[in-house]
Amino acid sequence: MDYVLQQLLNALAFGAEYSLVALGLAVVFSIMGLVNFAHGEIIGVSAYSVFLAAALGLTSPIVAVLLAIAAAALAAVIFERVAFRPVRYAPTTTGLLTAFGVSIVVQNLFMLLISPKPQSVSILNGLNQMWFFGPFAVSSLQVMELVVAGLTILALVLFLNRSTLGLAIRAASRDFATVRLMGIRANRVIATAFAISGALAGIAAVFIIARRGSVSPDLGFSLVLKAFVACVIGGFGSLPGAAAGGMLLGFIEVGLLVALPQEYGGFKDALSYVIIVTLLVYRPEGLLGQRVELGDKEI
Amino acid sequence: MLSVEAVSKTFGGVQALRNASLSCAAGEILGLIGPNGAGKSTLVNAISGVLKPDAGRVRLEGKDITGRGPEFCARAGIGRTFQTIRLFKDLTVRQNVEVAHITCRAVRPDVAERIDIDRLLAQYELDGVAHALAGTLSYGSQRRLEIARALALGPALLLLDEPAAGLNENESEVLAIAIEGIRQDVGCATIVIDHDLRFINRLCDRLCVMDQGQVIMSGETSEVWRDPRVVEVYVGQSQPA
Repeated sequence: MDYVLQQLLNALAFGAEYSLVALGLAVVFSIMGLVNFAHGEIIGVSAYSVFLAAALGLTSPIVAVLLAIAAAALAAVIFERVAFRPVRYAPTTTGLLTAFGVSIVVQNLFMLLISPKPQSVSILNGLNQMWFFGPFAVSSLQVMELVVAGLTILALVLFLNRSTLGLAIRAASRDFATVRLMGIRANRVIATAFAISGALAGIAAVFIIARRGSVSPDLGFSLVLKAFVACVIGGFGSLPGAAAGGMLLGFIEVGLLVALPQEYGGFKDALSYVIIVTLLVYRPEGLLGQRVELGDKEI
Repeated sequence: MLSVEAVSKTFGGVQALRNASLSCAAGEILGLIGPNGAGKSTLVNAISGVLKPDAGRVRLEGKDITGRGPEFCARAGIGRTFQTIRLFKDLTVRQNVEVAHITCRAVRPDVAERIDIDRLLAQYELDGVAHALAGTLSYGSQRRLEIARALALGPALLLLDEPAAGLNENESEVLAIAIEGIRQDVGCATIVIDHDLRFINRLCDRLCVMDQGQVIMSGETSEVWRDPRVVEVYVGQSQPA
């Protein structure tokens, strides 16, 4: 029973982390049609900000958390202003290449300016403790990850549904050109979407630093690939889909780890993708994506 | 109110607009007509900032808005509807209207105060479906919603691109009455593009006829239909009946 609960918590915690990062990708994609593969480097900027602040003498975990989120949001807005705005109306492939370019440049900057090797960051280690509930011992980090991801998603939903800017973002995610014809400022809407995306990356970065206790130049890249997969599973561009896809991916990965005999553990990723591809064969638009009807004029 | 001066636009080798000029005063309903490919929608797109003209000037209330982009033009007071309906289909009817009202509140708060969204929805017979998703409405209701949304912008100029397309005779008549109501209630300049000449003749104070990217005639409705160039465009070389 203890084992089952632990694996359930593992799946939920992994899923929550994937969901946070996937939501960050989906917020930007839904408005700009941009798959921001530099999202991992936003996580990187956040993590290295905490590393640098700690190296300069910062000792407060609360300040470190706030710094991680603020640095990520700021980095996302700067990436948009410097790299993505000039190619905003270019073909999708240009945006994709720009994102890869930003990702490579920023990773190299981490290597050149700090170090190619992982650097220890212990300021958030206190978040990772064991909590005991009667006979059960659970990781405080996993519980916090789950609770914070849930609250963050709730806050995002409230912002999108209750605020004026949220309404503008939702409209822009449906039809960006028409929103501009309604006089909504494109730059403001997109900058806000990037800031939200960055803040989500910053929250994910806090948990990554707390778990790993170190930062490295490629910290966020593999996570973003998984988040991309989560977005595809959920239905690209759908925010609820990104959250659901992230959670499902967490369950698939942990489920396979539990189900596979130890000697076959190396097949976990391969089998995960077999499950995902099978799912997409039956539901190509993803779990919550919308099936596109071409109609008789667009065949 | 609106002054379009010698606007030209070329796409590749095709000249879509050649020195097109027109004007529309506050409270006036101007019909913009012409055969397919005459350049009507291109001209509306140039006025609303979707396209940047190669030459010429567009002025709204004396302010030069040429090529300033759709956001600027909307904030300057241009509301429009589209030939192909472009609603936010999975937002509710009310939310569609609220999106336009955001801009009005930001740039013309005095006008925004006078716009009651619930009243606007009721005026366009959309109050009963205010919380329905826009994509679930009938075609005619979607057309009315587009107009209500454009009006929530508190426009000085309203551009209606084929508002009666796909509507039956009764629906067209209801729409014509609604557009006349806009003149009385809002007092904005209105330009209507449509192929339904009965609808256009019933509604418009003046007509502006385009052919091959040029404005070939503009004037009072009855005067325009007597012009031989207009007759040639619409019925060929023979005399009108």
